[in-house]
Amino acid sequence: MSMAPPAAPGTAPAEPRRVVTARFAPVDAAFRTAVRGSGVTLLVILGFIGLFLAVRGFAALETAGLDFFGTRSWDPELHDFGIAAVLPGTIEIALTALAVGVPIAVLAALYISEYAAPGMRRALISLVDLMAAIPSILYGLWGVTFLQPRLIGVSRWLSDHASFIPFFRVDTDHADPGSYTSSHFIAGIVVAMMVIPICCSLSREVFSQAPQAEREAAYALGSTRWGMIRTVVLPFGRGGVIGAAMLSLGRALGETIAVVLIISPDFRATLHILEGGGNSISALIALRYADSSDFGLSALMAAGLVLFALTLVINFFAAMIINRSRSGASTEA
Amino acid sequence: MTIAEPRTDPSAAETPPRPTRGRFRPGGTVREDRYALVGAAAASLALVWILFTRLLPFSGALGFAVCWYAAFLVLYALVVTHEHGRLAAVDRLVSVLVHSAGALSVTVIAAILGFTVLRGAQAFAHSNFLTQTMSDTGALDPLTSGGVLHAVVGSLIQLGIGVAIAVPLGIATALFLVEVGGRLTRPVRLIVDTMSALPSVLAGLFVLAAFILTFGFQKSGLAAALAIAIMMVPIVTRASEVVLRLVPGGLREAAYALGAGQWQVVWRVVLPTARSGLATGVVLAMARGVGETAPVLLTAGFARGMNADPFSGNMTNLPLYIYTYVKFPQPDMVSRAFGAALVLALVVLVLFTVARLLGGAAPGQMTRRARRRLAKADRAAAKTPTAPSGDLPLTSDKETSA
Repeated sequence: MSMAPPAAPGTAPAEPRRVVTARFAPVDAAFRTAVRGSGVTLLVILGFIGLFLAVRGFAALETAGLDFFGTRSWDPELHDFGIAAVLPGTIEIALTALAVGVPIAVLAALYISEYAAPGMRRALISLVDLMAAIPSILYGLWGVTFLQPRLIGVSRWLSDHASFIPFFRVDTDHADPGSYTSSHFIAGIVVAMMVIPICCSLSREVFSQAPQAEREAAYALGSTRWGMIRTVVLPFGRGGVIGAAMLSLGRALGETIAVVLIISPDFRATLHILEGGGNSISALIALRYADSSDFGLSALMAAGLVLFALTLVINFFAAMIINRSRSGASTEA
Repeated sequence: MTIAEPRTDPSAAETPPRPTRGRFRPGGTVREDRYALVGAAAASLALVWILFTRLLPFSGALGFAVCWYAAFLVLYALVVTHEHGRLAAVDRLVSVLVHSAGALSVTVIAAILGFTVLRGAQAFAHSNFLTQTMSDTGALDPLTSGGVLHAVVGSLIQLGIGVAIAVPLGIATALFLVEVGGRLTRPVRLIVDTMSALPSVLAGLFVLAAFILTFGFQKSGLAAALAIAIMMVPIVTRASEVVLRLVPGGLREAAYALGAGQWQVVWRVVLPTARSGLATGVVLAMARGVGETAPVLLTAGFARGMNADPFSGNMTNLPLYIYTYVKFPQPDMVSRAFGAALVLALVVLVLFTVARLLGGAAPGQMTRRARRRLAKADRAAAKTPTAPSGDLPLTSDKETSA
């Protein structure tokens, strides 16, 4: 860029540069302010959620110090409490849910976007949306009374024949079906059913945006349908699927009622997901809020703060990945 | 590349016609494929049947289904590999997997709803279930006394307050994202995305920490409604943002060209155009809000009797009713919980159906009723040519609030 010599001071240009500023009528200005205000309100609410949890949980965090992250029990009255048992439990349930739910959700999304006939497609989209609208307590009831008795056989089979994988080992009595109930595995399966609709609808959205011309090009080169999906649809939707999986992870980490109904709380922090008993942060909060003193509530708030930070970070990255894959893939209006 | 010679030979038309094979559909199946599918299914069923009943110490219907499915996959892959080669086999196998994932999703939702109906019917069949509360009913009383009336009323009141808070806030935020924008657009959108995945128990914990512990309010319907509203706002915002974005820019520009200000454009053009989509978002958010359990558990407090005052006293709603009674040892109490689950499922289904019906129309597309109303207004305007008709194409202000 060539530098023009700066105009000598005092010599005004012949025609002053016109600056056009939009001026809003009072009612428009008020509208803009109100609408912006509601956006700011959401920012403030989310900030307040973190702030209040931090302030309320501070007393407990101060008392426990770093032991908060290393203690495997929850007795706030004895000042003996920590999340070393519930945090791994939370993550185990969430990862089980992802391992089961995400493949099913992605395959179902592929079915809806690539295989189903148009009428079937519309019906299935509605159905998946309905699945997302069903309250979690219904999932929980179904899981604890219908699914759990049927899953015990699977748990037992896995522990008998796949115990070379350390997660599937069961150290309690093998023959007793009771040692397989209320486990992280069963809770994870039920949570998987709950993350399927979220993951499925997001994945379907990105899959259906894969460019038609490239699909046809793949077919023209002699590809099978799976070849087309593998070379066009999946690479195109990779970012969206990763984002959807992370969003599902955030959802699974925070799921409360279904886990509370299934799990029988303990603080062993075992990695054997098939063994009965376990805990998660959200389940801990829902189970202990009632019998807690002020200090006990403070401890629960501190646990809630950890969950908040965890889901916030995960959702933040998920939203970023999804937004990037969206804006890179299609021209947003 | 060779250049095709121009076809001048008239005898080309006389070449024998190619054998007709019917219309070729790239994704369609032919008879052999179906035979392969059915054969593999039958063979694997027989194989697993023998394994289960004679050889292996397995048991359970679910285990049987899983083994059958695995055996079916293996056999089908073998059959197709033998007939068509590896490439086709992978294609078919993926096709089977994808179809079964779709079928599994349908099965899960059918199982959940069917199970709820099955178990809930017992309590639901008694006429007192919808007309009585639990205030005079103990745990040992039979199903002929007690009901869910107070929980239904509690749910409706809490949902109403939640909607009154969440809908204006949510739609206004969507308007901000779509119509106004500015530096705050990106952070606000990120916040909305983050909030929509906020664990529901944290919304309850927040209301408990702020509203109840810090400001000293009691557990009440209002506190629960606040927690529900926090869960509903992001749903409303995201759904509204999508439909507001679909409003054609030409409509806005036409309104601006006629001299309308931004507020008038939004109030008289954008919102009415997107009305059905907005209503869909609101109703879907209601369906989610009415089923939230964890935040209500921490904030509403449990009550056995009717309390229609959201500002004082414990106020049970349907999820809380279910959660509390399903943990009772008495089978009748568990039946009541399932009856309430059936009521909740019906409420959600009705809301969901309403949302679908509303959402059938794309933005700007008029429903039949709206078109009839417009035609009537046109006729009226034609009869009295002097009547001012400027506002007629837009619906009246009262109905634009979605």
